[in-house]
Amino acid sequence: MSSTFDTVANIIAETCDIPRDTITPESHAIDDLGIDSLDFLDIAFAIDKAFGIKLPLEQWTQEVNDGKATTEQYFVLKNLCARIDDLVAAKTA
Amino acid sequence: MRPEVFKMVDRVVAIDPGLETIHCEGLVPEESSIFEGHFPGHPLMPGVLLIEAMAQTTGWLVLARNRFEKMPFLATVKEAKLRTFVVPGQNLDLYSKILHEGSGFVVAQTRCTCEGKPICNAELVFRVLPWPEGRMKDVVLKVAERVEFPVADYVDA
Repeated sequence: MSSTFDTVANIIAETCDIPRDTITPESHAIDDLGIDSLDFLDIAFAIDKAFGIKLPLEQWTQEVNDGKATTEQYFVLKNLCARIDDLVAAKTA
Repeated sequence: MRPEVFKMVDRVVAIDPGLETIHCEGLVPEESSIFEGHFPGHPLMPGVLLIEAMAQTTGWLVLARNRFEKMPFLATVKEAKLRTFVVPGQNLDLYSKILHEGSGFVVAQTRCTCEGKPICNAELVFRVLPWPEGRMKDVVLKVAERVEFPVADYVDA
Protein backbone atom coordinates (compact mmCIF):
# COMPACT_ATOMS: atom_id res chain seq x y z
CA MET A 1 0.00 0.00 0.00
CA SER A 2 2.68 2.47 0.99
CA SER A 3 4.73 1.93 -2.15
CA THR A 4 1.63 2.26 -4.31
CA PHE A 5 0.76 5.48 -2.53
CA ASP A 6 4.28 6.84 -2.91
CA THR A 7 4.27 6.11 -6.62
CA VAL A 8 0.85 7.69 -7.12
CA ALA A 9 1.68 10.71 -4.98
CA ASN A 10 4.91 11.26 -6.88
CA ILE A 11 3.03 11.02 -10.19
CA ILE A 12 0.47 13.58 -9.01
CA ALA A 13 3.14 15.91 -7.66
CA GLU A 14 5.10 15.81 -10.89
CA THR A 15 2.16 15.86 -13.30
CA CYS A 16 0.17 18.62 -11.61
CA ASP A 17 2.99 20.57 -9.95
CA ILE A 18 1.52 20.00 -6.50
CA PRO A 19 3.91 20.01 -3.51
CA ARG A 20 4.53 16.39 -2.63
CA ASP A 21 4.19 16.98 1.12
CA THR A 22 0.61 18.23 0.70
CA ILE A 23 -0.50 14.93 -0.81
CA THR A 24 -1.73 12.41 1.75
CA PRO A 25 -3.62 9.11 1.60
CA GLU A 26 -6.69 11.04 2.76
CA SER A 27 -6.46 13.61 -0.04
CA HIS A 28 -9.33 13.72 -2.49
CA ALA A 29 -7.79 14.19 -5.92
CA ILE A 30 -10.57 16.48 -7.11
CA ASP A 31 -11.88 18.21 -4.00
CA ASP A 32 -8.62 18.60 -2.05
CA LEU A 33 -5.93 18.68 -4.72
CA GLY A 34 -7.96 20.50 -7.36
CA ILE A 35 -7.10 18.06 -10.11
CA ASP A 36 -9.47 18.42 -13.06
CA SER A 37 -10.51 15.71 -15.49
CA LEU A 38 -7.98 16.74 -18.11
CA ASP A 39 -5.06 16.61 -15.70
CA PHE A 40 -6.39 13.31 -14.43
CA LEU A 41 -5.91 11.86 -17.92
CA ASP A 42 -2.19 12.55 -17.58
CA ILE A 43 -2.22 10.97 -14.13
CA ALA A 44 -4.09 7.93 -15.44
CA PHE A 45 -1.61 7.61 -18.30
CA ALA A 46 1.30 7.65 -15.85
CA ILE A 47 -0.41 5.22 -13.44
CA ASP A 48 -1.29 2.84 -16.28
CA LYS A 49 2.33 2.85 -17.40
CA ALA A 50 3.83 2.59 -13.91
CA PHE A 51 1.68 -0.36 -12.85
CA GLY A 52 0.99 -2.03 -16.21
CA ILE A 53 -2.76 -1.68 -15.76
CA LYS A 54 -5.66 0.21 -17.28
CA LEU A 55 -7.60 2.26 -14.77
CA PRO A 56 -11.28 1.77 -15.66
CA LEU A 57 -12.06 5.48 -15.70
CA GLU A 58 -15.08 5.15 -17.96
CA GLN A 59 -16.67 2.61 -15.65
CA TRP A 60 -15.93 4.69 -12.57
CA THR A 61 -17.34 7.82 -14.16
CA GLN A 62 -20.47 5.98 -15.20
CA GLU A 63 -20.97 4.60 -11.70
CA VAL A 64 -20.59 8.06 -10.17
CA ASN A 65 -22.94 9.61 -12.71
CA ASP A 66 -25.49 6.88 -12.08
CA GLY A 67 -25.30 7.41 -8.32
CA LYS A 68 -23.97 3.88 -7.78
CA ALA A 69 -20.67 5.12 -6.36
CA THR A 70 -19.21 8.26 -4.84
CA THR A 71 -16.16 10.09 -6.05
CA GLU A 72 -14.60 9.33 -2.65
CA GLN A 73 -14.56 5.62 -3.51
CA TYR A 74 -12.27 6.23 -6.47
CA PHE A 75 -10.56 9.56 -5.99
CA VAL A 76 -9.54 9.63 -2.32
CA LEU A 77 -5.97 8.49 -2.78
CA LYS A 78 -5.98 5.63 -0.28
CA ASN A 79 -9.02 4.24 -2.09
CA LEU A 80 -7.48 4.86 -5.50
CA CYS A 81 -4.35 3.01 -4.37
CA ALA A 82 -6.44 0.08 -3.12
CA ARG A 83 -8.10 -0.10 -6.57
CA ILE A 84 -4.70 -0.04 -8.21
CA ASP A 85 -3.49 -2.86 -5.95
CA ASP A 86 -6.60 -4.87 -6.87
CA LEU A 87 -5.98 -4.33 -10.58
CA VAL A 88 -2.33 -5.32 -10.24
CA ALA A 89 -3.30 -8.43 -8.28
CA ALA A 90 -5.95 -9.36 -10.86
CA LYS A 91 -3.39 -8.97 -13.62
CA THR A 92 -0.86 -11.25 -11.98
CA ALA A 93 -3.39 -13.81 -10.73
CA MET B 1 -6.57 19.59 -48.34
CA ARG B 2 -9.03 22.40 -47.72
CA PRO B 3 -7.75 24.02 -44.54
CA GLU B 4 -10.43 26.72 -44.53
CA VAL B 5 -13.00 24.01 -43.73
CA PHE B 6 -10.64 21.84 -41.69
CA LYS B 7 -10.32 19.13 -44.34
CA MET B 8 -6.71 18.44 -43.49
CA VAL B 9 -6.30 14.85 -44.67
CA ASP B 10 -6.60 14.00 -48.37
CA ARG B 11 -5.93 10.31 -48.15
CA VAL B 12 -5.29 7.52 -45.68
CA VAL B 13 -2.20 5.86 -47.17
CA ALA B 14 -1.74 2.98 -44.74
CA ILE B 15 -2.87 1.62 -41.40
CA ASP B 16 -0.71 -1.13 -39.98
CA PRO B 17 -2.53 -4.40 -39.21
CA GLY B 18 -1.76 -4.09 -35.52
CA LEU B 19 -3.48 -0.68 -35.49
CA GLU B 20 -0.47 0.94 -33.87
CA THR B 21 0.45 3.36 -36.68
CA ILE B 22 -1.11 5.26 -39.54
CA HIS B 23 0.16 7.23 -42.52
CA CYS B 24 -1.95 9.89 -44.24
CA GLU B 25 -1.18 12.63 -46.71
CA GLY B 26 -2.44 16.08 -47.47
CA LEU B 27 -1.55 18.54 -50.20
CA VAL B 28 -1.43 22.16 -49.08
CA PRO B 29 -3.51 24.00 -51.68
CA GLU B 30 -2.16 26.84 -53.77
CA GLU B 31 -5.24 28.89 -52.92
CA SER B 32 -7.12 29.12 -49.62
CA SER B 33 -8.84 31.88 -47.71
CA ILE B 34 -6.56 30.92 -44.82
CA PHE B 35 -3.71 32.61 -46.66
CA GLU B 36 -5.57 35.92 -46.90
CA GLY B 37 -4.65 36.52 -43.30
CA HIS B 38 -1.74 34.14 -42.76
CA PHE B 39 -0.01 36.10 -44.15
CA PRO B 40 -0.93 38.75 -46.71
CA GLY B 41 1.63 38.40 -49.51
CA HIS B 42 3.48 35.65 -47.65
CA PRO B 43 1.26 32.55 -47.44
CA LEU B 44 2.24 30.10 -44.70
CA MET B 45 0.34 27.14 -43.40
CA PRO B 46 -0.63 28.02 -39.80
CA GLY B 47 1.06 25.84 -37.23
CA VAL B 48 -2.21 25.22 -35.42
CA LEU B 49 -3.58 23.68 -38.60
CA LEU B 50 -0.53 21.46 -38.94
CA ILE B 51 -1.34 20.22 -35.43
CA GLU B 52 -4.94 19.76 -36.55
CA ALA B 53 -3.73 17.69 -39.50
CA MET B 54 -1.73 15.45 -37.17
CA ALA B 55 -4.75 15.22 -34.86
CA GLN B 56 -7.06 14.19 -37.71
CA THR B 57 -4.52 11.60 -38.79
CA THR B 58 -4.53 10.16 -35.28
CA GLY B 59 -8.31 10.36 -35.26
CA TRP B 60 -8.60 7.95 -38.17
CA LEU B 61 -6.36 5.50 -36.35
CA VAL B 62 -8.39 5.74 -33.14
CA LEU B 63 -11.61 5.25 -35.13
CA ALA B 64 -10.11 2.16 -36.74
CA ARG B 65 -9.12 0.81 -33.33
CA ASN B 66 -12.60 1.21 -31.86
CA ARG B 67 -14.40 0.36 -35.12
CA PHE B 68 -16.18 3.72 -35.16
CA GLU B 69 -17.90 2.97 -31.86
CA LYS B 70 -16.64 6.20 -30.26
CA MET B 71 -15.25 9.53 -31.40
CA PRO B 72 -11.83 10.91 -30.42
CA PHE B 73 -11.72 14.57 -29.41
CA LEU B 74 -8.40 16.39 -29.11
CA ALA B 75 -7.77 17.23 -25.46
CA THR B 76 -4.08 18.03 -25.00
CA VAL B 77 -1.21 19.12 -27.25
CA LYS B 78 2.18 18.42 -25.69
CA GLU B 79 5.69 19.10 -26.84
CA ALA B 80 4.56 20.54 -30.14
CA LYS B 81 7.47 21.58 -32.35
CA LEU B 82 6.93 23.49 -35.59
CA ARG B 83 10.27 22.98 -37.22
CA THR B 84 9.96 24.75 -40.54
CA PHE B 85 7.59 26.80 -42.67
CA VAL B 86 5.00 25.08 -44.85
CA VAL B 87 3.94 26.88 -48.02
CA PRO B 88 1.22 26.31 -50.65
CA GLY B 89 1.85 23.34 -52.92
CA GLN B 90 3.72 21.17 -50.44
CA ASN B 91 2.59 17.59 -50.02
CA LEU B 92 2.61 16.56 -46.38
CA ASP B 93 3.07 13.07 -45.01
CA LEU B 94 1.30 12.68 -41.69
CA TYR B 95 2.14 9.89 -39.27
CA SER B 96 0.79 8.85 -35.92
CA LYS B 97 1.69 6.14 -33.46
CA ILE B 98 -0.35 5.07 -30.45
CA LEU B 99 1.62 5.38 -27.23
CA HIS B 100 -1.16 4.31 -24.90
CA GLU B 101 -4.85 3.52 -24.99
CA GLY B 102 -6.43 4.05 -21.61
CA SER B 103 -10.03 3.94 -20.49
CA GLY B 104 -11.67 6.74 -22.44
CA PHE B 105 -8.46 8.32 -23.68
CA VAL B 106 -5.62 7.78 -26.13
CA VAL B 107 -2.09 9.18 -26.20
CA ALA B 108 -0.28 9.34 -29.52
CA GLN B 109 3.03 10.53 -30.94
CA THR B 110 2.50 12.34 -34.22
CA ARG B 111 4.73 13.87 -36.86
CA CYS B 112 4.59 15.48 -40.23
CA THR B 113 7.19 15.38 -42.97
CA CYS B 114 7.58 16.80 -46.48
CA GLU B 115 9.78 14.87 -48.89
CA GLY B 116 11.21 13.07 -45.88
CA LYS B 117 12.18 16.22 -44.03
CA PRO B 118 10.67 16.81 -40.58
CA ILE B 119 8.06 19.56 -40.49
CA CYS B 120 6.51 19.25 -37.06
CA ASN B 121 5.73 16.80 -34.28
CA ALA B 122 3.69 16.62 -31.11
CA GLU B 123 2.33 14.30 -28.46
CA LEU B 124 -1.45 14.45 -28.51
CA VAL B 125 -4.03 13.25 -25.98
CA PHE B 126 -7.62 12.54 -27.03
CA ARG B 127 -10.71 11.92 -25.02
CA VAL B 128 -12.60 9.06 -26.65
CA LEU B 129 -16.31 9.59 -26.10
CA PRO B 130 -19.65 8.23 -27.25
CA TRP B 131 -20.86 9.84 -30.47
CA PRO B 132 -22.82 13.02 -29.84
CA GLU B 133 -26.50 13.09 -30.67
CA GLY B 134 -27.19 13.98 -34.27
CA ARG B 135 -25.52 13.28 -37.54
CA MET B 136 -21.85 13.52 -36.63
CA LYS B 137 -21.11 9.81 -37.05
CA ASP B 138 -22.75 9.75 -40.49
CA VAL B 139 -20.75 12.79 -41.54
CA VAL B 140 -17.50 11.24 -40.34
CA LEU B 141 -18.28 8.02 -42.22
CA LYS B 142 -18.80 10.04 -45.40
CA VAL B 143 -15.51 11.82 -44.87
CA ALA B 144 -13.92 8.40 -44.33
CA GLU B 145 -14.92 7.40 -47.84
CA ARG B 146 -13.55 10.65 -49.25
CA VAL B 147 -10.14 10.09 -47.68
CA GLU B 148 -10.08 6.44 -48.81
CA PHE B 149 -10.26 5.13 -45.27
CA PRO B 150 -10.90 1.37 -45.57
CA VAL B 151 -14.38 1.62 -44.10
CA ALA B 152 -15.40 -1.95 -44.91
CA ASP B 153 -12.50 -3.28 -42.86
CA TYR B 154 -13.26 -1.26 -39.77
CA VAL B 155 -17.00 -0.69 -39.59
CA ASP B 156 -19.33 -3.48 -38.59
CA ALA B 157 -22.23 -3.84 -40.98
